[in-house]
Amino acid sequence: MSVTRIQLKEVTKYFGDNLVLDQVDLSVAMHEVVCLIGASGSGKSTLLRCINRLVKADYGEIQLDGVSITDERFGKVGLHKRIGIVFQSYNLFPHLTVLDNLTLAPRRVHKKARKVAEAEALAQLERFGMGGFAKSYPEQLSGGQQQRVAFVRALMNKPDVLLLDEVTAALDPELVGEVLGIIKELKAQGMTMVIVTHEMGFARDVADRVCFLESGRILEEGDPQTMFSAPRDERTQAFLQRIVEAGRL
Amino acid sequence: MKPTEMPTQGQTGGATRRPPPPPPGRQFDWREAVVPSLISLVSIVIVFGGLAWVITSAEQWPRIKLQFFNVDAMVAAFPRVLQGFWINMRIWLIVLACILFLGIVLAVVRSLRAPWFAPFRLMVILYIDLFRGLPVLLLVLLFGFGIPALNLPGMPSSSLFWGAVAMVLSYSAYVCEIYRSGIDAVHEGQWAAAKSLGLSEWQTMIYAILPQAVRNVLPAMMNIVVALQKDVALLSVIGVRDAVREAQIYTASTFNYSSLIVAAGLFLLATIPMARLADYVTHRDRKRRLQTGG
Repeated sequence: MSVTRIQLKEVTKYFGDNLVLDQVDLSVAMHEVVCLIGASGSGKSTLLRCINRLVKADYGEIQLDGVSITDERFGKVGLHKRIGIVFQSYNLFPHLTVLDNLTLAPRRVHKKARKVAEAEALAQLERFGMGGFAKSYPEQLSGGQQQRVAFVRALMNKPDVLLLDEVTAALDPELVGEVLGIIKELKAQGMTMVIVTHEMGFARDVADRVCFLESGRILEEGDPQTMFSAPRDERTQAFLQRIVEAGRL
Repeated sequence: MKPTEMPTQGQTGGATRRPPPPPPGRQFDWREAVVPSLISLVSIVIVFGGLAWVITSAEQWPRIKLQFFNVDAMVAAFPRVLQGFWINMRIWLIVLACILFLGIVLAVVRSLRAPWFAPFRLMVILYIDLFRGLPVLLLVLLFGFGIPALNLPGMPSSSLFWGAVAMVLSYSAYVCEIYRSGIDAVHEGQWAAAKSLGLSEWQTMIYAILPQAVRNVLPAMMNIVVALQKDVALLSVIGVRDAVREAQIYTASTFNYSSLIVAAGLFLLATIPMARLADYVTHRDRKRRLQTGG
């Protein structure tokens, strides 16, 4: 059977008095792609951010390869070397060139020599068809190009897990395809990914497993075929019905 | 048009579709171009000429002219006042450099969230409350006269030095708050991105947040620079022989105030270009925001 890469046990998170995550259990196997779907405010982004400690869970346990993410063995930067994240709004550093965006962490956190880091960055840019943009500033790029750079930046540390937080939500429809292409390519290479998305058609294509969240709980999970064609829970059915009516599936 | 020349796309039924020709360019109309400027020019001449006539025809005008705009007195006072103004400029630059540096350090300390920073954060808050709440003049008097009078061993005893320190302390409190507003204005996503890459809070501040914050506050900072340029003259009250002091010395011996007008002219020569530069920077910043905001 497959090896568990990420394990969440009864993860609970409050924002003030507001219960955002309610004892969530989730395990992600190595090379598995898990899509989290659900209405806004269902807690899926928060769940994602708990995994790399951008948000600290109040209760519960999160493990990476069987070791708690709060364990000293990960140290200050070890966890972020193992888990990369790409955001909805790219969050590139606007005052730095594409190349400097990519080499900031390798140079300052992992203490690589500038030349080494830049050579790696250029090779990665080339691979993602962005070779000509090393000296550009983020605002000179299209949304799709910026998001591609954000992917490269997240991959610079060669992480084992990639978290994607609605990475296509801010893009114009004609640019969504190029980003989804990257995700498919990463899946083909065996990257373990947890994806929060509103692109249901894409989730059906790429996911090994789909989890439907509502009010901070995973209400239903299963393989995409079953989830999208024959969901058991009526709330899942209602949600998918709304998606279909909005023409998104 | 031969069929081969026709575009292949957007054809319907083989009919030639051609866009209408561009509209004729607007003719240059000299009346439209010249008449408004002519009207403004004439009205300026009338209004300012009228004002000048009213002022110069006043009964007291010759006395005013003699007291404030006496050319001989201006020429006589000019070298000393200019020398004083050179001191103003040097103090301004040195004090400015210290303020910009101290302000940024205070703002960073104030903005870092790590718990062990708490005592330093508190110190900065107290510092800002204290120095923003006190008049600069009071601080200049207190430091410029008070500290040299203590004869502290190993400390400079010059009034100029301590007066400048007072200015630095006072202005840094304001500048710190400006930087801080710039730091707060940087989007939360930038912190998240930096943290997710493994940068420490300190590294995030230095490499990701501060450069953006400084760019955010450039217009506000330019105004501080202009204000400081004038406020350096406050040091004249503790005996620093700056432009104002030199002009006063001349006035004291001749009872003619033209020397102060000379000093005023020098200040305007320096501050007006700075103010224009500030406007320009603000304008450019606004354009940049509109571009990236869209």
